[in-house]
Amino acid sequence: MTASVAIPTTTWYLILAAVLFGVGTVGVLVRRNPLIMLMCVELMLNAVNLTFVALARKLGDDIGGQTTVFFVLVVAAAEVVVGLGIIVAILRRKPNATADDLAELKG
Amino acid sequence: MLDVVWLIPALPLAGFAIILVFGRRLGDPKAGYLATLMCGGSFVVAVGAFFDLLSKSADERQHVVKVFSWVPVGSLKVDLAFLADPLSITMCLFVTGVGALIHLYAIGYMHGDPRFSKFFLYLNLFAVSMLVLVLGENMLVTFLGWEGVGTCSYLLISFWHERESAATAGKKAFVTNRVGDWGFMLAMFFAFQATGTLSYIGVNAAAQTMAQTTATAIALFAFIGACGKSAQLPLYLWLPDAMEGPTPVSALIHAATMVTAGVFLMCRISPVLNAASSYAPNLIAIIGVATALFAATIAVAQNDIKKVLAYSTISQLGYMFLAVGSGAYTAAIFHMITHAFFKALLFLGSGAVIHGMHNEQDMRRMGALRKLMPITAFTFIIGWLAIAGVPPFAGFWSKDDILLAAYDKSPVLWALGLITALLTAYYMTRQVIMVFYGEARWHDHADEHGAHGDLQPHESPPIMLMPLVVLAGLAIVGGVINLPFSHTTERLASWLEPVLGVHDSNTAKVPLAVIATAIALIGIAASVLVYAKHRVKPIEPEVLAKAWYVDSTVSKFMGGPGRETFDAVAWYDATIIDGAVNGVGRLVRSTGQRIRTVQSGNVRNYAAAIGVGVVLLLAWFVVVRGNL
Amino acid sequence: MQLFVFICAGAMILAGAIGVVTRSHPVHAALSLILTLFGVAVLYVAQEAQFLAAVQIIVYAGAIVVLFLFVIMLLGVDSIEDLRIEPFKLQRKFAAVVGGGVIGLVTIAAISSRDNIGLVKPTPSDAVGAVGTLDPHDSNIRRLARDLFSDHVLAFELTSVLLVIAVVGTVVLARRAPKSVSEETA
Repeated sequence: MTASVAIPTTTWYLILAAVLFGVGTVGVLVRRNPLIMLMCVELMLNAVNLTFVALARKLGDDIGGQTTVFFVLVVAAAEVVVGLGIIVAILRRKPNATADDLAELKG
Repeated sequence: MLDVVWLIPALPLAGFAIILVFGRRLGDPKAGYLATLMCGGSFVVAVGAFFDLLSKSADERQHVVKVFSWVPVGSLKVDLAFLADPLSITMCLFVTGVGALIHLYAIGYMHGDPRFSKFFLYLNLFAVSMLVLVLGENMLVTFLGWEGVGTCSYLLISFWHERESAATAGKKAFVTNRVGDWGFMLAMFFAFQATGTLSYIGVNAAAQTMAQTTATAIALFAFIGACGKSAQLPLYLWLPDAMEGPTPVSALIHAATMVTAGVFLMCRISPVLNAASSYAPNLIAIIGVATALFAATIAVAQNDIKKVLAYSTISQLGYMFLAVGSGAYTAAIFHMITHAFFKALLFLGSGAVIHGMHNEQDMRRMGALRKLMPITAFTFIIGWLAIAGVPPFAGFWSKDDILLAAYDKSPVLWALGLITALLTAYYMTRQVIMVFYGEARWHDHADEHGAHGDLQPHESPPIMLMPLVVLAGLAIVGGVINLPFSHTTERLASWLEPVLGVHDSNTAKVPLAVIATAIALIGIAASVLVYAKHRVKPIEPEVLAKAWYVDSTVSKFMGGPGRETFDAVAWYDATIIDGAVNGVGRLVRSTGQRIRTVQSGNVRNYAAAIGVGVVLLLAWFVVVRGNL
Repeated sequence: MQLFVFICAGAMILAGAIGVVTRSHPVHAALSLILTLFGVAVLYVAQEAQFLAAVQIIVYAGAIVVLFLFVIMLLGVDSIEDLRIEPFKLQRKFAAVVGGGVIGLVTIAAISSRDNIGLVKPTPSDAVGAVGTLDPHDSNIRRLARDLFSDHVLAFELTSVLLVIAVVGTVVLARRAPKSVSEETA
């Protein structure tokens, strides 16, 4: 078969990651449920991971990009743990609180 | 000894510190002896420094001892340093010498006062300030001492502050001094701007090259400061009121030392004064002789024993400024020294009289005290002869030098000085007669002073008499330091020549001296006729007794239009200036309140802000730094 | 073939992302997240990061999302959120600007530099005691392991410390307040 079909280049991956990142950002800004906000943050992290992996492949098989993704994964896991712990602690007292209700640090 | 010239002010400072902490425990009289010891120690160091300077050749007599670098700010480098040269060491010698004697006297005079230690605390502080003033290597150190003596003068004048008149007099002295200080400060600013340094060595060296207007400005503003400190017209008003303080204070501060600070300053910057245009020294001489005459006329009609001496001091200071204005700086210093001797003597003597008369100060209630207080009378008479200008006492030689210089400048000044000398002899003789001769007028008022039965005036204790005797001796032989007969006998002039320059005169000295002596004797004779022999009625008009109504005029002005002006200024300060400052505070607070609303506490708002920032940053990277 | 994989994975990713953002039920949102994570894992394989793809499924989809679901069930916060309410009037406009800006700018950057990617190569680090040289023909996991345990071993150790701290901290944060002393002595 002749290569008349386009092969996805790195640029496509970057643009896809950008779109994913943008959707995640919009989600953080628009949603009020703290759990869903945290999920949107996870979307953003995944977008970044995708960028790293794509570029790792492109830059002459440099494995450093994948190592970075590895660490991002680990730290994201730790972050989710702590974040959920906080949410649990807060929501235990105010069961239906949204992000807007948690404004005690108002200056 | 020259390297430890800093000990001269340091010893009284140590005395001050010790009395500050242990004063109450030391008490009467140990605190007094300690203060006297410190002042005496300074005298010893000053003598040592004097001999050290003598051993050097005339050109090298200028030793600077730097204690520390005081103000190293940008181009302004001022050190706390002391300059030991003939002028400053001379001043130190008589300040510490006469000061030590007065400290000793004060131990006897202030005996029994509940605040005995505090008195010596202030006296030592005064000694420190005066010595710092005199030894200062630059104008700022002198100013430090200048302000210090002003403060101590205030503290000591109002020492018996329960008396309202004393408290007011202290305030008056301080405020009037402050007006003079403004002049001194402006002189310092001009000097720094013109020469870049405040050091006397630098300023005096630059005097030749600076613009004449600058030199004139520096000289005149310094003279304003000197007027305030040395009680010349129109800033003399504080000195008569300052007699509210204890007599040792009057003797030390207002006769021998502080009031001479103005004359000292003018002599210190004499190269600048020489470089100024001629109307500056003319002005100084005119104000000097005018003050001398003015004060002498007032002294003729005063009845308080200390007020006579106060106006006499103003008058003699006028003579010193007359000498400065005539260019005869050495004569001014010479008269300063002899004046310190006999005026301190007169004041201490009057203190002894007051003490012996159980705090009576009105001369109309004294008389015939010569037999009851022989030593006091004898020393007082010596002081009288010295100030009247009778040879061979010290006052004659110094006053003669001044009159000679005045004659060289202008015969009119000389004539006015001569009239003043006549009046000086007249009123001092009046004082001596009223106090020590004539009939005893004090039996009548015995009951007013709480004395039991008849007032018993008595001689003072030896501790008060000893300084009187020493000062009397100095008043007799003091003229020796600058006899005009030949160049070798003019010791003071040649000693001070490296600093003050030479003032030669071609006028014949002898005829002028004879005229001056004759005038003095005429004055004495006139006074004897009026007050002793009662041949002529005394001329003591009301206007002179009330000091030409100057004080009351000033008070009326200050109470009336003066007060309104001050109220307006105060309103301006409170409303506009304070308002501006407070307004800035209010502005900051209101802005803060408005900006505070950004902190909504809401995470989503913060996230939105961060997001916008990220977009902007990205945009910058893509547009500015990208290769589009 | 690659194009087909890319399009499918991309569709999964975007569908899942939009689902997370728009679904009002938290459990539905979590499930959409899983869809996205799977899509990303597929793309990892396409980029020859097989180990990471495996880890992505196991850790992200298998642990993190499960944790999310645990919390949702535990706290009973599965109430439906009304997406029509928005207390701040400008918030959605800001969101649009931010989202559009990010996507647009990164796209522009990616497109304008598509010929320049890789011109500036990162210098291979002079790792002290590197474990042999990285052979491009080694398997992905071997290469990853070599890099991790030679160049990045410090980061690795610190990350393990970080995990311990995170766990301990969360336990402390989330536990209920201890009973008062008086109740114990009673």
